[in-house]
Amino acid sequence: MPELAAELLECERNGRVLFSGLGFSLQPGQILMLEGRNGSGKTSLLRILCGIRLPDAGLVSWGGEDIFKLGPDYHEHVSYVGHRDGVKQDLTPRENLRIARAMGKPNPDVEIEDVLEFFDLYDLDDVPTRTLSAGQQRRLALGRLLVTRATLWLLDEPFTSLDRHGIDRFEKLMQEHGEAGGMVALTTHHRVALPDTKRINLSS
Amino acid sequence: MFMRWFHELGSPPYFYRFAGRLIPWLGGLCLVLLVTGLYLGLIVAPSDYQQGESYRIIYIHVPSAWMSLFIYVVMAACGAIALIWRMKLAEVVAISSAPVGASFTFLALVTGSLWGKPMWGTWWVWDARLTSELLLLFLYLGVIALYSAIEDKRQAARAASILAIVGVVNIPLIHYSVEWWNTLHQGPTVTKFDAPSIDVRMLVPLLIMALAFKLFYIVNMLMRARCELLSRERNSRWVAELAEADHG
Amino acid sequence: MSDLSLRSAFAVLLKRDLVLAYRRRAEIANPLLFFILITALFPLGLGSNKPMLQAVGPGVIWVAALLAALLSLDGMFRSDFEDGSLEQLMLSSHPVSLLVVAKISAHWLVTGLPLVVVAPLLGVLLSLPGDAIAVLVLTLLLGTPILSLIGAVGVALTVGLRRGGIILSLLVLPLYVPVLIFASDAVSTAAAGIPITAQLYIIGAMLVLALSLAPLATAASLRVSLS
Repeated sequence: MPELAAELLECERNGRVLFSGLGFSLQPGQILMLEGRNGSGKTSLLRILCGIRLPDAGLVSWGGEDIFKLGPDYHEHVSYVGHRDGVKQDLTPRENLRIARAMGKPNPDVEIEDVLEFFDLYDLDDVPTRTLSAGQQRRLALGRLLVTRATLWLLDEPFTSLDRHGIDRFEKLMQEHGEAGGMVALTTHHRVALPDTKRINLSS
Repeated sequence: MFMRWFHELGSPPYFYRFAGRLIPWLGGLCLVLLVTGLYLGLIVAPSDYQQGESYRIIYIHVPSAWMSLFIYVVMAACGAIALIWRMKLAEVVAISSAPVGASFTFLALVTGSLWGKPMWGTWWVWDARLTSELLLLFLYLGVIALYSAIEDKRQAARAASILAIVGVVNIPLIHYSVEWWNTLHQGPTVTKFDAPSIDVRMLVPLLIMALAFKLFYIVNMLMRARCELLSRERNSRWVAELAEADHG
Repeated sequence: MSDLSLRSAFAVLLKRDLVLAYRRRAEIANPLLFFILITALFPLGLGSNKPMLQAVGPGVIWVAALLAALLSLDGMFRSDFEDGSLEQLMLSSHPVSLLVVAKISAHWLVTGLPLVVVAPLLGVLLSLPGDAIAVLVLTLLLGTPILSLIGAVGVALTVGLRRGGIILSLLVLPLYVPVLIFASDAVSTAAAGIPITAQLYIIGAMLVLALSLAPLATAASLRVSLS
């Protein structure tokens, strides 16, 4: 499985340099925590790794190739959960997951029912998402990670609005994903109880 | 050799200094040509046997109209370079061109309408070229408005570049459709700008003025590009050094 | 990525937008009502003189169609931008420029097609002859997709702006001029009983051009707006 590598990344916002000369790599099975104060550019970095945002200098590569040249061929390996949940409020959870599945490379081993079950959304399956609580909507967004065959999870504050039980559950899920050879890069303010995570601090 | 120079030119501090040295020379040349062209056009050239003295407005109107289109194409070309090769300098040139181009378009419209008064007895006629020019002005204003509405200036420049390219694809369509519309709705009017055999004494000042306007554009665009570069790179070392040298 | 999964992604996205529009059907009706209302205002402002209405009718209906299209454009990407679905779209493993076509198609089906359907009614209101009404429908059928396609580029460029609406009209309306000219000219010409194949071919050619270029420009613009 290819690795994700960043070389000499620079990002500026409104003329202010958030970070520069940033380099790291992420191998299969690794979990990477991006740390730093508010406004240090964690979200921007994640968006650069996604390929949504252009870095002002430097290169992000997947298996040695520039992700901006790979385009969709890179995105089939990536699943991103950002600040905004990316779920349609007027659709039911099941409809939302079905769309997420079609947009990526569907994972044939996982049924949408199982994902709903896993995230305790099964009973809420036929109501519009807007009637769900914030925590439930977040769980639905995280459910997207499982319906495609994405190996690289990019997560921006995934624990927001989750309760203790949800957090434990999702930590375990990330760990299993890593053990199965997947990769995770995440930002969080929570203390995460994951063994051997790699850390990068953008503030220092 | 050329590629290396081109590459060097792409670096903001080099361009800033290079443009700074170029501006006085080009500006001086522009001034000389402008004075010569106006003298030859307004005083030396003979008056037109049909239009009398009022035809002399072509020395402003026609070069402005040429420039309005020329600058739009330059802007779109720089926009394409900026998008494809992510060259900062091309963004800056594209964006600095827009207000100059819009001003030339406006000038072409105003002089066209001033000319219309003695020619048609009215300030505005929906003539095909004037209408195209008006739409071109809207295209320019769209680019400028979009650029100023987006806060992050790199993002703004890339958005404006896309718009300029979309506009350049549309210009021939707009021009052709307006001509079509004009011939259908107005009947063929005598197009005043076509002078099949223009006297050499009239043509030479026109070409001189066209050259002067082109230089004016380059000088003005370079000045704007320098300002834009300074404001964008205000946190970089070369700008800080420049400011230091200025104070000390 | 195989064709099959691309086709299914296209279908899923198209269906998604249609379902969303259906669940908010009150909002779809607004541009349509606007279209009818604007057209109905002209006889009130200009008087009900029949030959005069016939003369201005094609232009009035087409200008109203442009404005109605403009009014409906903002909905194309706005809600997707706000809830983060647009980011997900950009991260799809399918080419964004093709997915964008699905969204534009859905937008046209929901906002453009209704204009085509009510157009005969407006033609009658402005006393257009029968032949001209048929041509009006035909030009709208060919022309409104162009409006959606060009509009998509404008919306994609302004979706990140809080007050994108006014700028959007400045960006898009000048680009609509060729469609307006040829389409309203076709209707007037048809009303005079002159053949209009030339105009229809030109509008058709513009549709092909818009269909091949606008999705690429829209995808590029979305990328810029999201960065």
